[in-house]
Amino acid sequence: MSTTKSSKRRAAASATAADADAKAVASDNAASSPEERRALHRELLHSMLLQRRFEERTAEMYAIGRIGGFCHLYIGQEAVSTGFISLLRPDDYVITTYRDHGQALARGMTPRAIMAELFGRVDGCVGGKGGSMHLFDKSLGFLGGHGIVGGHIPIAAGVGFAIKYRGGDQVIVCFMGEAAVNNGAFHEALNMAALWKLPCLFVIENNRYGMGTAVERASAINDIYKRGASYDMPREMVDGQDVFAVRDAAERAIARARTESTPTLLEIRTYRFMGHSMSDAVSGTYRTKEELEQYLKRDPISLLRARMEADGDLTEDDWNAMDDEIKAVVQDSIDFAENSPEPPLEALMQDVLVDTTSD
Amino acid sequence: MATKVMMEALSPTMEEGRLAKWLKAEGDTIANGDVLAEVETDKAIMELVARGAGVLRKRLIGDDSTAPVGQLIGVIAEADEDISALLGGAAPEATPDAKADAASEASAPVEAAAAAPTAAPAAPAAAPAEDSGRVKASPLARRMATEQGLSLSQVQGTGPGGRVVRRDVEAAASNPPAAPAPRPAASTAPTAAPASAPRATGKPAAIPVAPAMEIDGDARDVPLTQMRKTIARRLAESIGPVPTFYLTAEIDMTAVVALREQMAASGDAFKVSVNDVIMKAVAMALAKHPECNAHWLGDTIRYHARVHLGMAVATDDGLIVPVIRDADRKGLGAIGREGKELAGRARERKLKPEEYTGSTFSVSNLGMFGIDQFTAIINPPEAAILAVGATETRPVWENGAFVPKPRMRVTLSCDHRVIDGAVGARFLQTVRHLLEHPYLMLY
Amino acid sequence: MPVITYREALNQALREEMARDDRVFLMGEEVAVYQGAYKVSKGLLQEFGEMRVVDTPITELGFAGVGVGAAMVGLRPIIEFMTWNFALLALDQVVNAAAKMLYMTSGQFNMPMVFRGPNGAALQLAAQHSQAWESWLAHIPGLKVVVPATPYDAKGLLKAAIRDDNPVCFLEGEMLYNTKGEVPEEEYVIPIGKAEVKREGDHVTLISHGKMVLTALQAADTLAKEGIRCEVLDLRTVRPMDVEAITASVRKTNRAVVVEEGWEVCGVGAQVVDYVQRTCFDYLDAPVLRVHQVDAPMPYAKNLEKAAKPDVPKTIAAVKQVLYLD
Repeated sequence: MSTTKSSKRRAAASATAADADAKAVASDNAASSPEERRALHRELLHSMLLQRRFEERTAEMYAIGRIGGFCHLYIGQEAVSTGFISLLRPDDYVITTYRDHGQALARGMTPRAIMAELFGRVDGCVGGKGGSMHLFDKSLGFLGGHGIVGGHIPIAAGVGFAIKYRGGDQVIVCFMGEAAVNNGAFHEALNMAALWKLPCLFVIENNRYGMGTAVERASAINDIYKRGASYDMPREMVDGQDVFAVRDAAERAIARARTESTPTLLEIRTYRFMGHSMSDAVSGTYRTKEELEQYLKRDPISLLRARMEADGDLTEDDWNAMDDEIKAVVQDSIDFAENSPEPPLEALMQDVLVDTTSD
Repeated sequence: MATKVMMEALSPTMEEGRLAKWLKAEGDTIANGDVLAEVETDKAIMELVARGAGVLRKRLIGDDSTAPVGQLIGVIAEADEDISALLGGAAPEATPDAKADAASEASAPVEAAAAAPTAAPAAPAAAPAEDSGRVKASPLARRMATEQGLSLSQVQGTGPGGRVVRRDVEAAASNPPAAPAPRPAASTAPTAAPASAPRATGKPAAIPVAPAMEIDGDARDVPLTQMRKTIARRLAESIGPVPTFYLTAEIDMTAVVALREQMAASGDAFKVSVNDVIMKAVAMALAKHPECNAHWLGDTIRYHARVHLGMAVATDDGLIVPVIRDADRKGLGAIGREGKELAGRARERKLKPEEYTGSTFSVSNLGMFGIDQFTAIINPPEAAILAVGATETRPVWENGAFVPKPRMRVTLSCDHRVIDGAVGARFLQTVRHLLEHPYLMLY
Repeated sequence: MPVITYREALNQALREEMARDDRVFLMGEEVAVYQGAYKVSKGLLQEFGEMRVVDTPITELGFAGVGVGAAMVGLRPIIEFMTWNFALLALDQVVNAAAKMLYMTSGQFNMPMVFRGPNGAALQLAAQHSQAWESWLAHIPGLKVVVPATPYDAKGLLKAAIRDDNPVCFLEGEMLYNTKGEVPEEEYVIPIGKAEVKREGDHVTLISHGKMVLTALQAADTLAKEGIRCEVLDLRTVRPMDVEAITASVRKTNRAVVVEEGWEVCGVGAQVVDYVQRTCFDYLDAPVLRVHQVDAPMPYAKNLEKAAKPDVPKTIAAVKQVLYLD
């Protein structure tokens, strides 16, 4: 009925996971020297652009049938994942929703492991058993990829509980959409996290729409961060298109969790430039083209690029070189996924149960 | 000379038939009139009968497949006769599955038909079709019977709906008809102790059919004696599934004719038919002779205390036998009205199942067709049926001279396993006496 | 051998396992200060402290999820539901998270945790507090479902559940907490997935689990006076189910009656019957019958409640029917 893991291939696919350590840059927005600043900002740009290019090709692969099932793109929200995750330590934890490609890449999961997973291949990060919505990597403290809106929020509280139980100083960042806050699980988890003072960051990526329902049509309070008052929890609203603003808020919240074991509720105002999933139009019936165009003017990647150009940290050639490099990496992930075998049929009944005990 | 076996129209409305089961295998020797197969028509399971003799050389469709009326479905011929011309001309198969079945049948001859229980009787057909041909048995009983070389059809089931269960197979195995042995008590099913213990006193200990011993107040089941078993087996072997003999009597109907005239003179409300009077007489005779008011149940004979008289009615679709319940307790008028009403609805096919099942004895009257005398086929599990011919004026030697008398011939078909000759004769004597002295029916 | 209650047996198991492994903690409503709604956790707060015996708000979905998260990063939570009726609120965590995590992550994250609490009808608690949930839970691949009937089994199986690296749903009988039985002082663990013949017989097999095992045993006692020898097979675990034990017993007796507390449709007994027809078809002398709650929510009135529940007379009637004695 069950056997244990056979994740050698997965381990190979994420061998470059060590990159994650490199990305765990010191939490210093105002880097001490121009060189350090340039390096940091290039890291941030690289992280965000990788997410963007990866998902552009993901949409293409979905369109030609290489990828199936539900597939939710993150394009437009990259400053949120990069902003938070760039400040985490390797032993911290990240947990998120089904819109998880961006955070997984930001956390250092390889494009190969993710693309192969999207293709449903054996070299995917979970061997082809999860797909787009269920990306996991234990070695990176990346705890998924959860498909039920709100369902992962109590789990994040549980991870916070475990950190406290062991007396550690790690934190967990829990990303969620703004629509999840209307779910009972959100309330239950935040209440316990505040009650027990757990080292959790509850990060609401307010992209304005829960599928097609605008936040004003779903939440009695439009400034969602104010819900933190219900739990006497520190709270903040942040411009999610400005990676530096995100990092500033993240830095404060992480410090609060790490040193005071106190949770924070953060509402990050952002926007998704694509539809809810692959099955709906970019603008759709619930928002206008004009609204979309307004937000496109605040593309987080364009904003960062402009800032770096103004600082003299990025030339046209630099940009092109980075873009070409990233495009090649993404193409490589597609080639890798294409060539990766389908999971063996033995995998079907593997990992239903483990046959071990604590003895 | 080869004989074609065709799908025949076994009911007037039949356009195609489902061959439920072949009863003869390829290679079997066939006599004219042998039952070759069971065919399910639009209303019943019927028998397909051989119209020639020889060897069943070919079966062209398999069990459980359908064919339109007129399609060639088999060939009977001499063992070495060339039948290729016949087969070449065979009509295309009705259904694809029929083809497949036929192919598999050809390579693997079916089990001997003898092992299967016989189908519903051809006439008078009142039994529901769905039960025919299948012995209900628990899987365990089925396996045990196979292991012990018993045919399930020879085992009387005592479970719900006659299901053959473990105790039945054990009883059959330990109690073969030729050499009966007492049923082993401890080693067999747990049912032995609790089931028979309270009833053991006064009953033969060897009888393995405890649950069937008491049905209700209206009937009593009498286990077969060894003599009765032997008679049953030997007679059955001799003649077929129902070992039948026939008793014919000619009855003077003068008094009945007079009775009808007198009653008619009293007004239309009192008009009765000859058949009504016969029914009444038969019912009263049965009440007096319960040994003829019986069902053959294989291991037991059930003698009924109540008389439910079946009355064969010809309809456009065939024969059906509505039942006049408790006919012995009903007056002539009631029997007449009920009979007429049932016959009318029978012809309109509006009878409910409970109206044509449960008879304990049947009467078939073909007198209105001018038939002098005939034999009727018993409607199992009933033990007898009375065939009634026409009432005709015949010369009768009386007081030294021939005098014209209305006379009627009746023939009693008896299942010899239940009714011996003298028993049937005594019953017939009573019928005659009642009809010749109808005032006795008032008593 | 000491005779203790089912409640005390569970308490011993919790205490021993928490002492054995400091990753094990107990969380739920009223488990700490109040000492347990049913006093199963009596004394544990004093012994292990408030980090390991944790009172929660009334927030079943929330603390079930806390258990899942803690298990993901290496702790071994025991999540107590005050009753399984309340666990319905937490089923997203039990089913969508705990049961599927190992599979969804291709073996990266296993869930060494126990969800436990009282199950089934007590007395006159009416519709919302009188339900047997094992068939719901047993439907889910990725879970183990344990339903112990005796103090001995309760202790040995809870210890096994706590040590298991999979999520185990542990359903205690609300009416069993005060029942008594022999429990040895020395340590023992009962493997999950093994049924036990609680009484031997060769006429019919009564297959049961949890509280209904006692009903089956009582019915067997009564029937024994009529010369009917019932074998009583206690499944103990309904997922994975011990098909071998079922098969062995039914092949011996040729008849089976399944006695369960829940409703008929898609119940545990339906699964048992399926296994029986597959593995014992040629050994059956009668259709397998089931004794269960009537197909209605549980009523309050005493007489109606009694009529709704499976009981000894209903079990006896079913036994007689499969023996063709009715």
